[in-house]
Amino acid sequence: MSAGLISPLSRRGFLASAGAAAGGLMVSFHLPLAQAASPSPEINAWVVVKPDDTVVIRIARSEMGQGTLTGLAQLVAEELDCNWARVTTEYPTPGQNLARQRVWGSFATGGSRGIRESQEYVRQGGATARMLLVQAAAQAWGVPAGECVTSKGIITHTPSGRKTLYGRVAAAAAQLTPPDPASIVLKDPSSWTIAGKRLLRLDTFKKTTGAQRYGIDLTLGGMLNAAIKDCPVFGGTVKSFKAAPLLRRRGVKKVVQVGPSAVAVVADTWWRARSALEALAIEWDYGPNAGIAQADIRQTVKAGLEGEATAVGNSNGDAAAAIAGAARKIEAVYSYPYQNHATLEPMNATARWTPQRCEVWVPTQNGEAALAAAAEAAGLPLEQCEVHKLDPGGGFGRRGLNDFVTQAVQIAKALPGTPIKLIWSREEDMQHGFYHPITSAKLSAGLDADGNVSGLHMRLSGQSILATVAPQAMRDGKDMLVFQGLNASGPEAAIGYSFPNLLIEHAMRNPHVPAGFWRGVNLNQNTLYLECFIDEIAHAAGQDPLALRRKLMAGHPKHLAVLNAVAERAGWGTPPPAGVYRGLAQAMGFGSYVAACAEVSVSPAGKLKIHRIVAATDPGHAVNPQQIEAQVEGSFVFGLSAALFGEITIKDGAVEQKNFDSYPVMRLADMPAVETIVMPSGDFWGGVGEPTIAVAAPAVLNAIFAATGKRVRELPLRTQDLRPA
Amino acid sequence: MASLNVNGEDVEVDAEPSTPLLWVLREQLNLTGTKYGCGIAQCGSCTVHIDGAPVRSCVRPLSALKPEQQIVTIEGLSRNGTHAVQRAWRALDVPQCGYCQSGMIMAVSALLHYIPNPSDADIDAAINNICRCGTYNRVRAAIRLVVQGRVPRSAARPLEPGEGSAA
Repeated sequence: MSAGLISPLSRRGFLASAGAAAGGLMVSFHLPLAQAASPSPEINAWVVVKPDDTVVIRIARSEMGQGTLTGLAQLVAEELDCNWARVTTEYPTPGQNLARQRVWGSFATGGSRGIRESQEYVRQGGATARMLLVQAAAQAWGVPAGECVTSKGIITHTPSGRKTLYGRVAAAAAQLTPPDPASIVLKDPSSWTIAGKRLLRLDTFKKTTGAQRYGIDLTLGGMLNAAIKDCPVFGGTVKSFKAAPLLRRRGVKKVVQVGPSAVAVVADTWWRARSALEALAIEWDYGPNAGIAQADIRQTVKAGLEGEATAVGNSNGDAAAAIAGAARKIEAVYSYPYQNHATLEPMNATARWTPQRCEVWVPTQNGEAALAAAAEAAGLPLEQCEVHKLDPGGGFGRRGLNDFVTQAVQIAKALPGTPIKLIWSREEDMQHGFYHPITSAKLSAGLDADGNVSGLHMRLSGQSILATVAPQAMRDGKDMLVFQGLNASGPEAAIGYSFPNLLIEHAMRNPHVPAGFWRGVNLNQNTLYLECFIDEIAHAAGQDPLALRRKLMAGHPKHLAVLNAVAERAGWGTPPPAGVYRGLAQAMGFGSYVAACAEVSVSPAGKLKIHRIVAATDPGHAVNPQQIEAQVEGSFVFGLSAALFGEITIKDGAVEQKNFDSYPVMRLADMPAVETIVMPSGDFWGGVGEPTIAVAAPAVLNAIFAATGKRVRELPLRTQDLRPA
Repeated sequence: MASLNVNGEDVEVDAEPSTPLLWVLREQLNLTGTKYGCGIAQCGSCTVHIDGAPVRSCVRPLSALKPEQQIVTIEGLSRNGTHAVQRAWRALDVPQCGYCQSGMIMAVSALLHYIPNPSDADIDAAINNICRCGTYNRVRAAIRLVVQGRVPRSAARPLEPGEGSAA
């Protein structure tokens, strides 16, 4: 087995991992295991086979819509050789993982890592279980295990033709000693029959009948509901509030101050709690940030475009000299605003606290971090706490943080023994996020007399995510994640171009607004900056944007392959329909290579229509191509929602937007046709939930330029005048 | 006490008259399939049918409801999820996180009740529910599947390439 992931970790190791939600990028369905506990013994940590041949596959990562649950089950089932029609899944709890020396590895579900980071050990789990089942059958028959084969949950002794079912030997298999991990040989993906196939998801039925239970739907005996209001200004505190009048309202049980900055009302129903909270007079101390306006933040970020850099992310040659000595110089400044995750299910968590024990039920992307947050808030050792994961109604990175778990436990401590379900209002959710960071970039390029790029300088300025959510992951005050997609090399997020002279650097400028991992993370703005600027260079040099890219990408064949695939499918170089214009973008992030070609039209009045997008993804291995297509389509919705509409702004230190009326998002009528090419090249494992988001906006912006001659360098598009120049 | 008819049953509800139907359903009647997403009729997650019409239950107070009105929630749309829209949803694996999908399915089933063969423009206008995961193209493809009468009885086969993806 993959030693680093499965080997026993100390309690300290667990805490470090859980706390550093973001060591990489951080970013769940079913009854908690305790409730679903089957009487059947487990074959190993990953597999339970019941006497009726139902196979229960344990899933450690969270399922928040991205299909990881089904994909991971496919990988285990593939190696197990079981009958897919009999597969069900369940979640082990973070507490069980702790008690069993992290036998299920990390629970963190972010950075498009759910499958790629755990694929090896879950497949080994499936393969080990298969070997134990075979061994149990062989022992019962008194034959060598090597004479037995498996298929669809049936074990056959080939020489005699004897057969048995997994369910019949499961109890015996559970008693056997697992084989030496070194003896396990995983299947060659070319022989896969379950993994790699376009199977339907395991979790769809309940999502069509209303039976799927999200955190917000939880009901426990004696449970009360809480609504909360945190100081609208980040950094402010509660001065005072008048609880007495509220306690006369029907259903209201208690008014609780939560930490220094928030007040919660606890009532029998959430609607009564919320209504009472709305009526509560709270006096705030708005604190040191009360005077900050959006213009101040913009100025702060803009200032970082000049002067000393904080970190250099990628350099070769002497970019400054090359640009200074160039026959021609091109320069542009781009910026990208704050965005909110706005998961459709608002943040929520349910907690029950006693002096001896704390239990939390929560939709989370990181169950172990939720357990650590619960224990800290509860003032109890980890071993006296438990977290039951519920499937999130959207995550997008927001639910990798557990501030709402801390709040729920703090409220529950005021009512020992009573389960408290804390639900944020949409307004609370909009105003207390961890937002996609605000950034800007100044790009300069030099062209020689032949129109070749002699040098590129990219100065990034703006907010560090790690500075907000994981300062311990920074080194010497530097956040190297800001260079996502721009790295010189590496398997995660490397730039797809070579320049004779290159300098990419960052000046950290951190406004008071909390930043967080937002689906796609820093790849989003970095790709927008670079891909639009490459387009600018091409037009300035009188070159075709695809031809210029091909020249610069000669040393980056995997980047180029996806770009070529979309260019070919979209018909780049052939005339588009009348009035329709095309734009390209490509990127590598989260271990995968992606590209897109957008086709748009812009009316004389400046109205944009996105007609069609062709996208390609090389994720190395494709565990479920139809779910990859779903992620690619969803990525365009997420990326284009931001590009077309999304902007969180600050007034008097607080977020101005309150709901979907002031923070609009893409709807069905805005949605273009999406053609997805899934082209796994086989020698690596990349993620699919996020990378495509990054190419959505630049492909559209480049197409808008082709249509209008207008170069849009600020988002969202709804604030831009697109009337043709 | 207020009298309502929900999913074919007469029920008595003890809630303040200003309580939105959404919270009556969720907290008084334990029908949690209807979701809270915004509270201001923006997102459509709370969509139910009242006398067949799609209604955003988060802004419909109890005081505005009459005992004779037929309120149908996702739980009452069909027995065992057998409505053609629900079956089409499963055939194309429409949901991702699924949180918006009760409202989406209720909005689509109401649309198809009134307009059995909707144009793209009809769909664009009627289905303005928010889905943050981005299932819109599969929503449109599933509507077409229903309109064309091609919904399988049960969904068990893998999806074909491109199926559910073309807008």
